[in-house]
Amino acid sequence: MLVLAIARLTIREAARRRLLLALLILTVIAILLSAWGFSHMTTLKCEDGSPCTAEQVRGVAFALTTLLAFMFSFVLALSAAFTGSSSIASEVESGIAQAILARPISRTEVVLGKWLGFTVLITVYAAVVSVIELGLVAWITGYAAPHVAPFIAFLAAEGMVLMSMALLFSTRLSNITGGVMAVSAFGLAWIAGIVGGFGQAFNNDTVRSVGTISRLLIPTDGLWRGAIYSLEPAVYIAAQNTVRQSAANPFYASSYPAWPYLAWVTLWIVVIVGLAVVSFQRREL
Amino acid sequence: MPTPSASSAIPAIHTVELAKRYAKTVALSGLTMTVPQGEVFGFLGPNGAGKTTAVKLLLGLTGPTSGEGFVLGAPLGDRATRRRIGYLPELFRYQGWLSAREVLALHCRLAGLPRSTWQPELDHALRTVGLTDRAGDRVNTFSKGMQQRLGLGVALLGKPDLVLLDEPTSALDPVGRQDVREILLALKARGTTVFLNSHLLSEVEKVCDRVAVVDHGRVIAIGTLDDLLGENAVRLRVAGLNGAHRAELARFGEIREEGDWLTVRGLGLEGVPDLVATLIRMGGRVYAVEPSHQSLEDRFLQLLGDQ
Repeated sequence: MLVLAIARLTIREAARRRLLLALLILTVIAILLSAWGFSHMTTLKCEDGSPCTAEQVRGVAFALTTLLAFMFSFVLALSAAFTGSSSIASEVESGIAQAILARPISRTEVVLGKWLGFTVLITVYAAVVSVIELGLVAWITGYAAPHVAPFIAFLAAEGMVLMSMALLFSTRLSNITGGVMAVSAFGLAWIAGIVGGFGQAFNNDTVRSVGTISRLLIPTDGLWRGAIYSLEPAVYIAAQNTVRQSAANPFYASSYPAWPYLAWVTLWIVVIVGLAVVSFQRREL
Repeated sequence: MPTPSASSAIPAIHTVELAKRYAKTVALSGLTMTVPQGEVFGFLGPNGAGKTTAVKLLLGLTGPTSGEGFVLGAPLGDRATRRRIGYLPELFRYQGWLSAREVLALHCRLAGLPRSTWQPELDHALRTVGLTDRAGDRVNTFSKGMQQRLGLGVALLGKPDLVLLDEPTSALDPVGRQDVREILLALKARGTTVFLNSHLLSEVEKVCDRVAVVDHGRVIAIGTLDDLLGENAVRLRVAGLNGAHRAELARFGEIREEGDWLTVRGLGLEGVPDLVATLIRMGGRVYAVEPSHQSLEDRFLQLLGDQ
């Protein structure tokens, strides 16, 4: 019961501190600008000066949507990292945590409540942004993302991974340090994923293992590939499969992540949240 | 007055050689004390003496390195017992994005109070600490003093059996301090045990039944104020006395003079009317008679100096 109380408090804090408002305003601006851009795409002229075919417009729309999806995943990752990393650290620093923990509530309930609150926020943001953006793109350009629900799930899971990591950091580190570490981990994982892709494209096992190991240690890039695959039309996948070095493209995935990998990501989140609980329990207040 | 019961025989706080070390720093070394239920207990000491560490150990916010302790009969940090404890932390920040009423409601919920009691509890707490007019305002618009009042209100929710207050008047003006004293006396009248952490001696002197003096993590004196002060003293503002008169007063105790003020040490309370009658008989004009305010401070400094 108290887990729910803390979760509600976490959501209320995000709303009251205008984090949600700021995100909402920025997101609406991004969506409106992209809608304006997409609306001009239908009048594009191709090489010979004639209007592009509907097929060509959909192709360009898909490519731009992928970039937009990356931008939203980046915004979500950044928000998840910094809100997660400040949550416990700042409350311990200010004394709010001491007042709460003197009540009959366990530290496990505090950590799980915060995690649950942030998970709800991340999932709602991922769902709302995806439905609006993908809906607008489909309406304007005719490009309909083939798997919207999996896209939302992968985007949200990416945010949850970073938020869980940031929450673990926040049980021990100051909020800025934890946030910077979580964002750095996100960037490193993305780069390592690209490096691994090159290894795969050029059949170099050592380089490929960089990507594999990084996706196991910090699963954000592995989940990003799942999100990308959800957006890819069948014709694009067919075309990419004929390109030998397509694995090196950070905006392409040839398939969904395998089930064992998804099971690993689930276990990863459980272990990280468990470590956050243990770390906070052992923290001297 | 509360009726004595079997549970009141259990001390509110009992610790045996409770110690806490942080790496190489000894925050508290061997705290042994017993605070009976219904007592207002002052925990005195200079900054860094280990007062806050002691409170955190009693609440289970941090674990002891060695020793043991019991609060209301249960081991330190016991979850069910925390329902019966109110706490005002030394750092008394509350969620700035909540209103005072919402902070109190949150603590009602965390304390496990039945929802039907929240409203009267909130109203009572707000009234007691004088924040009724600001109940709907966000805490981040509050001054430090108002936040401390709110913290006190939080600590009083649910009529706890034990209230732990860590420097409760550090941010308050004289009026606020007076209000806190009245709140403490009301708690005392209700039979609530109060553990008051403070370095403000005048505050402790006015409300506490017993005090412990800590320094460098160790209790250096514990007892009632009378025990601790050892002797009584009275200060008088008197005019119109000559040298012979002053010599005659020596039979009442050790006399010290500062301008118009006389301090007579070692004089029991019963001796005060005789002293005043003698002064008047001598032709002295008595403007003020008051117990010495410096005695606890003197004793405190003396105790610290002895260490």
